[in-house]
Amino acid sequence: MTEPYELTAWQSVEYMQKQELSARELVDSVLSRIDQVEGKIHAYHTVMRERAETTASQIDARRASGDDLPPWAGVPIAIKDNICLRDFTTTCSSKMLENFIPPYDASVVTKINAAGLIPIGKTNMDEFAMGSSTENSAFGRTCNPWDLTRVPGGSSGGSTAAVSADETILAIGSDTGGSIRQPAAFCSVTGFKPTYGRISRYGLVAFASSLDQIGPITKDAKDAAGLLNILAGHDPCDSTSINQPVPDYLAALTGDVKGIRLGIPKEYFIEGINAEVKETVEQAAKVYEQLGASCVEISLPHTEYAIATYYMICTAEASSNLARYDGVVYGYRCEQQNNIVDMYCKTRSEGFGPEVKRRIMLGTYVLSAGFYDAYYRRAQKIRTLIQQDFDAAFQSVDAVLCPATPSPPFKAGEKVDDPLEMYLSDVFTAPLNLAGLPGIAIPGGFSADGLPIGIQLIGPALCESILLNLSYSFQLETDYHKKKPVL
Amino acid sequence: MKYEPVIGLETHVELASKSKVFCRCKAEFGGQPNSYVCPVCLGLPGTLPVLNKISMEMSLIVALALHCDIPEVTIFDRKNYYYPDLPKNYQISQEYCPLARNGRLTIQLKDEREKEIGIHNIHLEEDAGKNFHSTGGKQPTTLVDLNRAGTSLLEIVSQPDLRNAEETEAFMQTVRCLLRYLEVSDCKMQEGSLRFELNISLRPCGVQEYGTKVEVKNVGSVKAVLRALDYEMARQAEILDEGGRVVQETRLWDDTRGETRPMRVKEGAKDYRYFPEPDLLPVRLEREYLDALKNRLPELRDAKCRRFIETYQIPPYDAGVLAADKTVADFFEECCRLHAAPKTFSNWIMVHILRELREDSEIGDLPITPQHLAELVRLVESDAINSNIAKKVITEMMKTGNMPADIVKEKGLEAVSDSGEIEQFVEETIAENPGPAEEFKDGKDKAMNFLLGQVMRKSRGKADPQLVQELLRQKLRG
Repeated sequence: MTEPYELTAWQSVEYMQKQELSARELVDSVLSRIDQVEGKIHAYHTVMRERAETTASQIDARRASGDDLPPWAGVPIAIKDNICLRDFTTTCSSKMLENFIPPYDASVVTKINAAGLIPIGKTNMDEFAMGSSTENSAFGRTCNPWDLTRVPGGSSGGSTAAVSADETILAIGSDTGGSIRQPAAFCSVTGFKPTYGRISRYGLVAFASSLDQIGPITKDAKDAAGLLNILAGHDPCDSTSINQPVPDYLAALTGDVKGIRLGIPKEYFIEGINAEVKETVEQAAKVYEQLGASCVEISLPHTEYAIATYYMICTAEASSNLARYDGVVYGYRCEQQNNIVDMYCKTRSEGFGPEVKRRIMLGTYVLSAGFYDAYYRRAQKIRTLIQQDFDAAFQSVDAVLCPATPSPPFKAGEKVDDPLEMYLSDVFTAPLNLAGLPGIAIPGGFSADGLPIGIQLIGPALCESILLNLSYSFQLETDYHKKKPVL
Repeated sequence: MKYEPVIGLETHVELASKSKVFCRCKAEFGGQPNSYVCPVCLGLPGTLPVLNKISMEMSLIVALALHCDIPEVTIFDRKNYYYPDLPKNYQISQEYCPLARNGRLTIQLKDEREKEIGIHNIHLEEDAGKNFHSTGGKQPTTLVDLNRAGTSLLEIVSQPDLRNAEETEAFMQTVRCLLRYLEVSDCKMQEGSLRFELNISLRPCGVQEYGTKVEVKNVGSVKAVLRALDYEMARQAEILDEGGRVVQETRLWDDTRGETRPMRVKEGAKDYRYFPEPDLLPVRLEREYLDALKNRLPELRDAKCRRFIETYQIPPYDAGVLAADKTVADFFEECCRLHAAPKTFSNWIMVHILRELREDSEIGDLPITPQHLAELVRLVESDAINSNIAKKVITEMMKTGNMPADIVKEKGLEAVSDSGEIEQFVEETIAENPGPAEEFKDGKDKAMNFLLGQVMRKSRGKADPQLVQELLRQKLRG
């Protein structure tokens, strides 16, 4: 057997069921891997060593006594540090919440616990999920396991790096404009943002409420399907969660994509797109054609407005969502204050990092009297047009195939001083957050320099099954997802 | 110059729903500070609001009773401002698509005149907590109690249709009466479950254009609203008389000093940056649902008043007084159910019970129930006690809540029905008061009252006055 930490969830579950591997051995293996490489990667804020060890031993004891355990009991999972887990800090990589310990579990954490998965740690991210490189963390950047001088993408860079470096078996992240898919592509792992509302947001610290969505980050599509089975479903605590039955996503993995029509949007191959990224998508299209799918060019005409629209809406919502960090009830409070306004100003000036402040200011401006119609309301109208683009496209195709990122992972520090350039990292991922659609990024190949390049598949609302089966089929034909970085 | 005031009222109603509007916390007045709180109403990171359907239903009931237009879809918005009693630093409210618009409320004025006051809109929002500022100690501190944060607050915004204090007072009373009839709020002004904000501007009589509006907050009672109104009318008139301009601003009422003063200089420039609340879906208001709610509206004051006149044959004045408050009306009807003596009950309630009620107390808070009153009336009717004694009994009942028969027995208040004993009192009285006795004999009826009083005193009030009068007549006039 290879090292247990190298296994996928499915493989580890098989070993555990055959009693060739215990949950404790799996957890110990993952923890030893963390000890071994975490110094280089910095994927985690918190490693929940003792809790993970105890839970694993309990699961083993229950298994030994013949208890009926959920099928995935004992599999370690890393949790992005903007998802509340009771009694452990949830920092959002911000000084503001450095010592914030939530007194409650996010709904997904409740589901994870019920499924017997073992939370192993809280992962690094861009502060409050604002960023595309995991450099905007108050506690230091995460490195890309494929090239430590490069960024892992963001904002779920800690989770994707942890999966990529085998510092966990499974992970979850959150995706507002690409924060699961872009880092998944940069780290050569599978990252899935389901339909808006498919997974409860209760307990996910809000960045932009109408765009945020939690999703699986895994070593392959089969693990993503299994994890989605655990996470998806209606939650009465989240009014925006969808009250529709959850299909068995595993049952959808037939490996058969014959007759599936894939649309390739011409607007996504803009001038200046990295040639190797373009080539990777073309190669993927060939793979699908060989499998019996057909690929056609489609048009998503309002794509060019997506980034501007996205940054209007997400900053507006963020400016309001982040207003609660004022030092009154919880979180950071400045040391000395003359009056309440002074306390607000100092607390927020000292507690937030520069990118968060930038977005709060942008969003405040966008919502201001006199600008609301010109910016926020107009952005909502364009959002509708973008949704309609996708609706029209899905009249003639079953899914969209496109790049996940405009380039392979970039160097740390390369874009920190150029926020606009950084914002363009979301150009292929943000449109479907605006439309509320599911999208998955999977490993599509490597650049000549050996850097990961991802491809992205987008589906109609609630058509997660199609995307998972397309990804699964691709991974049956290719082995990019099996390649590991050398650490 | 003579000015006409143009007045609008914002009525803030704390709804009686048991839990808060967006979480399951208890919505109750009082409690240890910060004991009715949860992650949602504390605004902890990651929490989300879920609309309390009862709060929405109560709001719609009010909207229907005020004859409003109700849209097919109503939407919540965020009102963004920083204040320590507002944990998220935004209030979930309704700005662009409130649950109701264009309603009306008819108020009764003197001389049986009526006036229709327009309702601009009704919207549902979450209330804020409370700040306590302490100036004692080395450093002034502020303590925050979030028990009230997130309770359901309904705001009823009137059109500027009120023109004087009488109309303003009638509007406040009528709204309060309606809300209590609908059983959507206990409307206790002292506990803050009913609060008013006043908008007022002056214009020279005969002029159509509105003057500059001033908003007055922090008015705690109906009386305070009227005092604030008087104060503002005088203040604005003085400014205008001197050729000055009224500043558009929000002013705070200081009840102790009896004056308003500006709230904050930048108040007028406040930008709440409203936008649709993305954590809540638009609420679809189905017609069938609204029709069903409408059919379930209770009998309101005017209808009840008409029915009381017809069914119980009581004077319109009585019916009006009894129907002015639903709990009083229910008390009256229950009495009549127990014993068919409507006019007697009406008298007892109006004369002896209602005067015990202060602004915020209600009939249900008194220790006396319809059972008490019905038994008391039966005792009087069966001559077990006379009506004077009955007054003593009711005072005692108000204090102790004991049943009237027990009080009568305990205090030995049974009527003296033994005519022999009364006859003896009468004869004694005549003997002791020869003057008045002579006068009565000579036909001076006035003297009767004096003699009657003396006899009653001898019987310690327990003799039946009619029987006494009869005996006096027999003895003196034959």
